[in-house]
Amino acid sequence: MAVTAIGDYPVLPRDGVENFHGNQLVAVGWDHHLMIDAPMAFPLPAGMPFAALVGEVIPVAYSPHPEWEKIDWEAVTWTLDGEAFVPNMEASLEENGIGHKSVIRFVTPGLDGLWG
Amino acid sequence: MANKLNMRDRYKLMTRLGWETSYQPMDKVFPYDSYEGIKIKDWDAWEDPFRMTMDAYWKYQGEKEKKLYAIMDAFSQSNGHLNISDARYVNALKLFLQGVSPLEYQAHRGFARQGRHFTGEGARVACQMQSLDELRHVQTQIHGMSHFNKYFDGFHDFAHWHDRVWYLSVPKSFFDDANTAGPFEFMVAIGFSFEYVLTNLLFVPFMSGAAYNGDMSTVSFGFSAQSDEARHMTLGLEAIRFMLEQHEDNVPIVQRWIDKWLWRGYKVLSLVSAMMDYMLPESPMSWKEAWEVYFEQNGGALFNDLARYGITVPDYAEICTKEKEHLSHQVWGILYNHTAAAAIHTWMPDDAKMNWLSEKYPDTFDKYYRPRFEYWRDQAENGNRYYSQTLPLVCQTCQIPMGFTEPDDPTQISYRVSEYNGDKYHFCSDPCKAIFDFEPEKYCHAWMPPQQIFQGNCGGEGLPAVLEHYKFNLGADNMDYVGSPDEANWNLWKGLNGSVSGDVKAS
Repeated sequence: MAVTAIGDYPVLPRDGVENFHGNQLVAVGWDHHLMIDAPMAFPLPAGMPFAALVGEVIPVAYSPHPEWEKIDWEAVTWTLDGEAFVPNMEASLEENGIGHKSVIRFVTPGLDGLWG
Repeated sequence: MANKLNMRDRYKLMTRLGWETSYQPMDKVFPYDSYEGIKIKDWDAWEDPFRMTMDAYWKYQGEKEKKLYAIMDAFSQSNGHLNISDARYVNALKLFLQGVSPLEYQAHRGFARQGRHFTGEGARVACQMQSLDELRHVQTQIHGMSHFNKYFDGFHDFAHWHDRVWYLSVPKSFFDDANTAGPFEFMVAIGFSFEYVLTNLLFVPFMSGAAYNGDMSTVSFGFSAQSDEARHMTLGLEAIRFMLEQHEDNVPIVQRWIDKWLWRGYKVLSLVSAMMDYMLPESPMSWKEAWEVYFEQNGGALFNDLARYGITVPDYAEICTKEKEHLSHQVWGILYNHTAAAAIHTWMPDDAKMNWLSEKYPDTFDKYYRPRFEYWRDQAENGNRYYSQTLPLVCQTCQIPMGFTEPDDPTQISYRVSEYNGDKYHFCSDPCKAIFDFEPEKYCHAWMPPQQIFQGNCGGEGLPAVLEHYKFNLGADNMDYVGSPDEANWNLWKGLNGSVSGDVKAS
């Protein structure tokens, strides 16, 4: 549907990748671990290796969780933009198909978060 | 001796806005009330609901004002802030002044604009009168809370914050959305959905919360505004009935606006839910109870009444019914995560409060929230208070961090996404996605706080630069209540344990 407007309504997206100074926005969520309130967003270079995302970026948001230390990274499963996904740790975000405003989610079998 | 005019004639003389223009055709003078597709056959069918009280309006408003300011002065002179239940309560007022009072001002502007643009005289006069009320509300609120600004942090730059700080983009973007809509959509958005359907969920929690916590100053401005609200509700209902009665083609348009704006308003009120259940030391009722009374029961009766026009309850009402068990806890968790970047304090509830929450939310609090909150509380007591070090993904429509769960799975974040012009847009819920999908041009240029920070438009890189851009007094306006200057001052004034000597209020 077109916007209801008095006249022409220009499309001016504010968050195009060109506005992020060489980075792209990537969001990461840890399923069922809601002590970290929401998926967290990061401006990252497309050339960053996936291993760096896991080793350097994700911990800043998620390492305060008490289950963080117990994660078996070999057993972790991933989704990228809603689809099952097996990342290549050595390849870049771009080579892994991670684009601007992609959402990466991970599941940690056996670790289900803080519930009663 | 001149004949005394009757009420109707006096009203006509006082307003005198209705005449057929002759130098220009009417549709050139009033060009903005047709493009939305609302068809009007007879503008005279919209009578100004204030017409019978117009005469007395000025007198009553003047008298109310005098009484209100006398009570506020007395509150101030008697150090009324010392009689509140606890200094934690003041955070509800901070949220009100930062988030709600600027909306009163936006309502003043919005109604003034519609007071120019409607073709019908009755509609224009009614909107102008409401515009005056809204300006009075924002003024009395600022005046009332100026007393608290002398003694507590988190008040001093509320207008600056409203335009910049992430959680205040939730109410700000809501009203910007309404003020950039056409006049009829504005009336459904603000006049009907907000002022009529949702207003009790905003004002009752704040005003009864104030009464329960000993804040007579806020109770007074609440009462003073309340008699205006009755008129505003009348206008909101009259506006919607008018649209529905004028032409059957208006019904689907009005239905879509109701669906959109009740949801937009509901998301703004999620901040109120957290205020009610967590910020008030003494709680008159839970969010869930308020929702049941003011939306499910009262709103249900309203929709029964509107059914004869073909208007139905929004499809997503079922989502709200499920969410009433979770909303306040999830929003408090969001605020707790990001308190380092907020001009309110948060804290973890004590045992008595947690037990109250268990009692009010027997099916959800102990199961889904108590373990998280007790963990946070233990961490804080061991000097390791958790603060998020990163920025969340926020919903493109409501602009709240995506901390809401699937309606049928409270352990899983609800993710929704749309593609538009080759870019992805993320949403917290189906209704937020539906609002975007209908008018993506409008929401794709929303000012999203995390994205703006990453783009370098908020003072620079890193949290300290952003907080300086916000004009926060670091360590005073933000962070946990425990350890704050507010807490230290309160303990000092009340002679409580942990008090330190000297006044530690930040400059």
